[in-house]
Amino acid sequence: MRWFLFDRFTEFVSGQHAVTVRSISLSEEAIDEYVPGYPTYPSSLIVEGMAQTGGILCTQISDFEDRLVLAKIMKLEMFAEAIPGDLLTLRADISTFNADGAVVKGVVRRGDFILSKMELMFAILNDEKFQDVKLFEPAGLCRSLRVWKLFEVGVNPDGSPIKIPEFMLKAERSELSVS
Amino acid sequence: MPSNEEVFEKVKEALIDALGVDDDEVTPEATLVGDLGAESIDFLDIVFKLEKAFDITIPRDDLFPDDVLTNAEYVQDGRVTETGLIKLKERMPFADLTKFEENPLVQDFGNLLTVQDLCNYVATKVS
Repeated sequence: MRWFLFDRFTEFVSGQHAVTVRSISLSEEAIDEYVPGYPTYPSSLIVEGMAQTGGILCTQISDFEDRLVLAKIMKLEMFAEAIPGDLLTLRADISTFNADGAVVKGVVRRGDFILSKMELMFAILNDEKFQDVKLFEPAGLCRSLRVWKLFEVGVNPDGSPIKIPEFMLKAERSELSVS
Repeated sequence: MPSNEEVFEKVKEALIDALGVDDDEVTPEATLVGDLGAESIDFLDIVFKLEKAFDITIPRDDLFPDDVLTNAEYVQDGRVTETGLIKLKERMPFADLTKFEENPLVQDFGNLLTVQDLCNYVATKVS
């Protein structure tokens, strides 16, 4: 099982904000088995969904070259539970970004109701000791980004579409080539 | 330019927010690591908060001169050399290194900075 904690992007403006949606289903193991007999979506997974939304938003700035990791939940408020049948909307706005990390403000809504608010801090692992560490395989990440429709909705601040980085296309071609 | 009291209050607010400590724990002489429990990742949080509160930019090496502390020229057998201490004083004029100088173990450097040092540093940036 892959922990895709949102289903797709619906808005994405490079370096600014992203909106994703997450459809909660009873058939998911984490919901069915979290509290048996009382299906609810674990709050930690809502946070992780925002971390994925905000993390992709931040790392796209460097064309996915930065080694960006969730470092700290700076603030978190949960106002209600999410249950099967809910459609959540996750909006992440970049509040701070520099060479060492980023802060993202996140709001999770169910319709107009605000379910959760949070502030997440990301660190960029740019020390020499991480020089050879790769957090993602380019082809696999590219596949996820395509599944999430990033390149269908993503735009740069000037409105031009976000292009798939060349190194990802190359990795995809190499994976698909038959020797 | 903010007064020393204003700087202290803003630094205090950032530390309370970043470290989840109580108001009365944040005294000028409190050390960030030993007394307030700051972990390495908290420093990034503190830096972000101070940058926002004072509208300043804080280069990473200003508060944590890793380049000095990992340089064989300035460190021998886990201790900062005389030359290294001079370099640290040049780089960190805002910090009181008196206690550290008594036994300058690199491993103890992380627990050097106090709230007052941080206030002194911010004051140099906003002046």
